[in-house]
Amino acid sequence: MSAAPHQHRLAVGIDLGTTNSIVATVRNGIAVVLQDEVGRSLLPSIVRYKADGGVDVGYAAQGTQASDPRNTIVSAKRFMGRGLKDVSHIESMPYDFLDAEGMVRLRTVAGVKSPVEVSAEILKSLRIRAEASLGGELVGAVITVPAYFDDAQRQATKDAAKLAGLNVLRLLNEPTAAAIAYGLDNAAEGVYAVFDLGGGTFDISILKLSRGVFEVLATNGDATLGGDDFDQRVYCWILDDAKIRFPSIEDTRRLLLKAREAKEMLTSHDVAPIHVGLGTGEQVDLTLKIDTFADITRTLISKTLGPARKALRDAGLTVNDVKGVVMVGGATRMPQVQRAVAEYFKQEPLTNLDPEKVVALGAAMQANVLAGNRAGADDWLLLDVIPLSLGMETMGGLTEKVIPRNSTIPIAKAQEFTTFKDGQTAMSFHVVQGERELVSDCRSLAKFELRGIPPMVAGAARIRVTFQVDADGLLAVSAREMTSGVEASIMVKPSYGLTDGEIAGMLKESIDHVGDDVQARNLREQQVEAERLVEAVEAALAADGRLLRASERADIDEEIASLKMRIAGSDHRAIKAGIDSLNAATQDFAARRMDQGIKRALTGQKIVEFKI
Amino acid sequence: MIVIPDFSQDFFALFGLRRAYRIDAAQLDQAYHEMQGRVHPDRHAHLPETERRLSMQWATQVNEAYRTLKKPLLRAHYLLRLAGAETDHENNTAMSPAFLMEQMEWREAVAEARAAGEHHELEKLMQRLERHGGEILAEVERSLDAKKDYEMAADAVRRLMFIEKLEHEIQDALEALESQD
Repeated sequence: MSAAPHQHRLAVGIDLGTTNSIVATVRNGIAVVLQDEVGRSLLPSIVRYKADGGVDVGYAAQGTQASDPRNTIVSAKRFMGRGLKDVSHIESMPYDFLDAEGMVRLRTVAGVKSPVEVSAEILKSLRIRAEASLGGELVGAVITVPAYFDDAQRQATKDAAKLAGLNVLRLLNEPTAAAIAYGLDNAAEGVYAVFDLGGGTFDISILKLSRGVFEVLATNGDATLGGDDFDQRVYCWILDDAKIRFPSIEDTRRLLLKAREAKEMLTSHDVAPIHVGLGTGEQVDLTLKIDTFADITRTLISKTLGPARKALRDAGLTVNDVKGVVMVGGATRMPQVQRAVAEYFKQEPLTNLDPEKVVALGAAMQANVLAGNRAGADDWLLLDVIPLSLGMETMGGLTEKVIPRNSTIPIAKAQEFTTFKDGQTAMSFHVVQGERELVSDCRSLAKFELRGIPPMVAGAARIRVTFQVDADGLLAVSAREMTSGVEASIMVKPSYGLTDGEIAGMLKESIDHVGDDVQARNLREQQVEAERLVEAVEAALAADGRLLRASERADIDEEIASLKMRIAGSDHRAIKAGIDSLNAATQDFAARRMDQGIKRALTGQKIVEFKI
Repeated sequence: MIVIPDFSQDFFALFGLRRAYRIDAAQLDQAYHEMQGRVHPDRHAHLPETERRLSMQWATQVNEAYRTLKKPLLRAHYLLRLAGAETDHENNTAMSPAFLMEQMEWREAVAEARAAGEHHELEKLMQRLERHGGEILAEVERSLDAKKDYEMAADAVRRLMFIEKLEHEIQDALEALESQD
C-alpha cells in the first residue's frame, strides 16, 4: 500500500502554539522544520489587522504589539472555544472584546474577528510557507493541540485549519507528537513522561512505548498555565518595584515584552537588566536577579506537580516506573522548571531535543504516515486518550459520566434513559465535560432535543444515547428512541464556555469538594425523587380521585403539602421521610386503581414505581 | 487489503485467547496491538470517508473488547454473561451481614484517615484493600475456571464491586489531601 517515491504525497505537521507556531514535513525520510524565506523556523503567533484590510502575520506583526495593541492579536490560542466570561485577566488585555454565541470575538479596525479566524491567518501563513517550500499543494496536515484541550477547543482548532484551506488529517495531542519524535529518534522502550509547558498551556502525559506502539496511559494538565504566566509575574514585579500605578495599554505591552526578555535572559544568566522608556516619559531601570525570579514564580512551578501526580496515579504507576522525562515547550528551558522536574521524577529530564520544535517534528512524522506515505520502517501505532470525562445532565442538575477520562480513543458508549412523565413526546439532552458531580461545575458542550417520541406511559420509552469519540478526540452524540426508532443526533459544537479558571481547576475542584458534592447530590436526589412522587400522585388524583373517600383524600393532600414544604428545605433525610410517608398514605389508593384494571398501573406496584 | 476482524465472535475468540478468567496479559496486549495496527483510523486516514468511518467503528470495537478483557472485574462480568449467569448487580443487593459490616468498618477507617489528614494511613488502607481484592479475585478465578460455579463467582464479583468503590473513595481522599498541600 505504500506509495512509490515519485508519488510522495505532500503533508505537514503544524504546531499551532500560543506564542510561536511551526510547520514541519518529512523530506527523504527525515523530519525537518520548514523555514521562511530568510531562514527563520518559528512564526510568532501574532496577527495584525490593518485599516486597509491587509493582514500581517508573524514577525511582520511583532513590531506593532506596543504601538497598535488593539489590532495586533497575540496568544489567540487562549481564546479558542472560549466565551467572554471564560478569559482570565481580560481587564489587562488591550483588545476590544465582544461577547458572542459560543466564542468571544475581537473588534478590530478591519472588522469583528473570531479567535478561529485569527488562528486561521497563522495557519494560512504556514500553509503558504509549506507549499512554496515543497513546491506543490498539500494533501493534508496534522495540527497539534494541547492534550488537555476540551472538545470545544479542539473543534475550534479544526475549524481554524479548515478556514485556512487545510485538510486536517488528524488533531494530535502535543505531548504525544513529542513522544513520537523522541521515541523514534532514540528507539525508546518503556514508560516515559512528557512534560510540556508551552506559552499558555501545560500538559503532562504518561506513555508506554513498546515495539512501535505509543500508548498513552494517562494525561493531565492545566489549560491556563504557561510561559505567559511567568511573564505576567515579572510584569507585576516591575510595576511594584518601579511604583507604576496605571500603565497605558501601550506601556503594558512594552513592559510585558521586557518581562519576557528578562525571563529568557535568566535561562543562561544570573541577572537580567530591565530598561524601558514609558509613554509618560518615565524611565524604568531595574535588575531582576535569578533568585528573585525563582521566588516570584515558585507557585507557578508547583502548579505543574499536581497534574503530574494525578496522571501517574491514573496510569497506575509511580515515579519509579518512569524511565525518562521528555521536556517540551519553550518554558521548560527555565532552570527552575528543570530542577523541579528532576526533583519530582528523581532523575534528570531529557533535554537533548529542541523543546520548541519537537512537537512539530512529531506531527510531521505522523502526517507523513497518515497521508499514505508509509514506508517499511513507519509501522508505528498511536493509541491516545481523552483528557476529561464526558457525560450527560440527569435529573436535578447532576452529571452522569458516560465516558471516563483517560479512555483510549476511538471509543463509543451508550446509555439508556427513559421518560418520566406520561405521554412525554420530547426529551432534552445536555452534554457536558469535566470531573465534577454537578452539571453547573462542568463545561457545557451542547444541548439538543429528541422529538417525536410516541406518547407512552412514563418509563416505557427507551431512549438510547450514544457517545462516539473519534481519533481526533472529537465527540458526536446521537439519541434514539428504541421502540419507535425516532432518532436525533448532533456533532457536538461548543455551546457556551466556562471560566478559564474553571477548566484549569476542574479536576482540582472535583477533589476539593468531594464532600460538598456528596451532600448536594443526596439532597438533589431526594428532591428529584420527591418531585416525581408528588407529580405522579397528583396525576393519579386527577384521574381517579373519585376512588377516595373525602377523609382519605384529605390525608393524602396533607401528605403532599408536607412533602412539598420539605422539598423546598435542604434536609435530605426529612425529604426521604416525607416520601415514605406519602407512599404509605397512597398504598390503598394505588391498590384500588389497579383493581379497577387501569391499564397504566403495573401489577403489584405502588404509584411511585410506575414513573421512572 | 484489510482483514476485517470477525466481530460476531466473543472477545476471547476475537483476540485468539482461550475463554477463561486466567489469561496471558502479554498475549492479550500483543493481539490487541496487532489488531489495532490493522484497523486503527490512522491506518486509513488517506482513504475515502466511508473507509475512514468503518475503520473508526472497528477500532472502537477493538478498544471495547480489549478494555473488557484487560480489567479483571470486567472480564469476570463478561465471562458470567457469556455463561448466561448475570451478576444482577442492579437488583441483587443481598450481601451477607458480615460483609456489609466489614464494608462499614472500611468506610469508617477511610473517613477517619481523611479527616485526620493521614496520608500514610490512607495509603496503607489502599494496600490492604488491594491485597483483599486480590484474594477475592483468586476466588473468582477458582470458581470460574476450576469449579465452574457461576453462582459463587457472581457473589465474589458483587463483593469486588464494593471493593472497587472503596478504592475510588480512597483515591479521592488521597487527591483531596494532596491538593491541600
